[in-house]
Amino acid sequence: MSKPTTTTSRITIGTISMYGALFFLALFFLMPAYMAIVTALKPPAEINLSTAWELPSKFHWSSFSDALSLLKSNIVSSVILTVCATTLSTVLGSLNGYVFSKWKFKGSEFIFTLFLFGMFIPYQVILIPLFQTLRAMNLYGGLPGLILAHVVYGLPITTLIFRNFYSQIPTALIESARLDGAGFFSVYTRIVFPLSIPGFVVTGLWQVTQVWNEFLWGICLTRHADNPITVGLAQLAGGQAVSWNLPMAGSIMAAAPVLLIYIFLGRYFIRGLLAGSVKE
Amino acid sequence: MANVEIKKVVKKYGPVEVIHGVDLSVHENEFIVLVGPSGCGKSTLLRMVAGLETLSGGEISIGDRVVNNVSPKDRNVAMVFQNYALYPHMTVRENMGFSLKMRKKSKEEQNERVMEAARILELEPYLERKPSELSGGQRQRVAMGRAMVRKPDVFLFDEPLSNLDAQLRTQMRMELRKMHMRLKTTTIYVTHDQIEAMTLADRIVILKDGYIQQVGTPIEVFEKPNNVFVAKFIGNPPMNILEGVCNVIDGKRFVVIGKTRFPIQDGVAAEIVDGSPVLAGIRPDSIKMGQNVERLPKDWWCHGEVVVSEILGAHSLLEIIIDGENDLLAEVEGRIVAHPGETVRIGFEFDRMVLFDPETKMALY
Repeated sequence: MSKPTTTTSRITIGTISMYGALFFLALFFLMPAYMAIVTALKPPAEINLSTAWELPSKFHWSSFSDALSLLKSNIVSSVILTVCATTLSTVLGSLNGYVFSKWKFKGSEFIFTLFLFGMFIPYQVILIPLFQTLRAMNLYGGLPGLILAHVVYGLPITTLIFRNFYSQIPTALIESARLDGAGFFSVYTRIVFPLSIPGFVVTGLWQVTQVWNEFLWGICLTRHADNPITVGLAQLAGGQAVSWNLPMAGSIMAAAPVLLIYIFLGRYFIRGLLAGSVKE
Repeated sequence: MANVEIKKVVKKYGPVEVIHGVDLSVHENEFIVLVGPSGCGKSTLLRMVAGLETLSGGEISIGDRVVNNVSPKDRNVAMVFQNYALYPHMTVRENMGFSLKMRKKSKEEQNERVMEAARILELEPYLERKPSELSGGQRQRVAMGRAMVRKPDVFLFDEPLSNLDAQLRTQMRMELRKMHMRLKTTTIYVTHDQIEAMTLADRIVILKDGYIQQVGTPIEVFEKPNNVFVAKFIGNPPMNILEGVCNVIDGKRFVVIGKTRFPIQDGVAAEIVDGSPVLAGIRPDSIKMGQNVERLPKDWWCHGEVVVSEILGAHSLLEIIIDGENDLLAEVEGRIVAHPGETVRIGFEFDRMVLFDPETKMALY
């Protein structure tokens, strides 16, 4: 009389209603995305409130090329900003994490705690002092200043991720390398760094997302010529007579890189976040 | 190759002192085993020799050089860790050659030394494999090979066999011994396993709570333990320790335990006089049964009742009660069959009995 344990799962009213609710919620959350795509593909004349939900009569692809030409300089700025800020904050975070987990010194835990405080300071709070600091350093207005701000602000989280990641590397490995003749930097370059790829993927993804999507500093700390994509997008949507197809196409293009990265590398991200939580 | 001098070495973690002024001379070419229960400070001592822990006091020298402030890489010591600590991203060849590469040895010399170690350790077929593709025993060999290629002054081993299964452990123990006979490198080996200590060591150092209890050859620490702790720690099954009182009868001294008299050998422990309380230590293997009893003097015989018998093949472990109150473990020949409840004749090798002061727990010889 015992039931086989591997039969197909039974369909009950419970599961139907659960999946129904999930389906409905998914539709609800996808509404803005649908709206953005539909609007981007309409010619400006076809966009009005009464037909906002309808599909375009004809796909109007030129919105994307128009938006691209308008946002070109912003995209270039954002790419430079993201690549530089991510690389620097990740490499520095990796070195910090290496020191905080494997070369502990008197007071290192305290300094690490100070580092962590940085994570809890909202961007807005330090905006004015940051502005003044960058101006005093002659870095206000251009990309280098914004890169510096993102590198410094990214250090707490990158340091935390790498410190936790490196604490899973057995200390005996480091000690063994030291006995084998490696010093502080050669232990890092020859032992720790080659084992850090998952850590770099996780931290890199996080930083790319943060830096690419950031708006407030972008608008406050850079002059027009160096505005990142988020600012360019806002300017596209501002003004009196907006042709909505352009900002919609622009926002799809702005969201695409981060979205694609998560689609293709997301599993590494999850794996990296969970690393060490289960015994392998 | 070098000797290691450990002088009045102290280790403190904050206010807690874990090693209290240890003195130890390790001679050139010697195989020294540090043994003791967990938390006795044996690994800490080893790590201080390696340079992985700083000293809170005292001095360590390797050869003629005081190394207190010498960094690990400049001490010319090689260490094998409990979990092997192989570099997971390197092949066996790269793992073994890493230290030579760090020391900027020529490619030819690297290759030559790695191949030599691989040949000795039978690792030649695995040189291009990563550690994850090796079995536990092979990983252990790579860890040993990594230490060997260095040709260091001193080998340090930190419980290197404790992650292996029993059979492999026995095999690797033999190989370690052979390796030492071949290379003759001064070795300090840490273990909690007294069998490893007995089989490998030229001299054993028994540690407890950060104090050295005894230093001696395996036979010395087995037959002439310094105190009750060493007597019980070395040897398996452990030594029987019985409480008794010294009585002098017809000018001869005895330890009286219950109704049984254990004769004290002449010239032993002169401080024990009539009425002294005393602890008598009797090794399980110094209790004889069957035919073997006949070889002992008649006044070394007595009777006991078997409580439990464990037959292990080559020998049997018996729990025997004498006088209905004193429990003894006896290790006797495997062919002797004794059933629980049976009264048997046993004989003691009293010339091997060790006496201890019940107050200080120190041995009296």
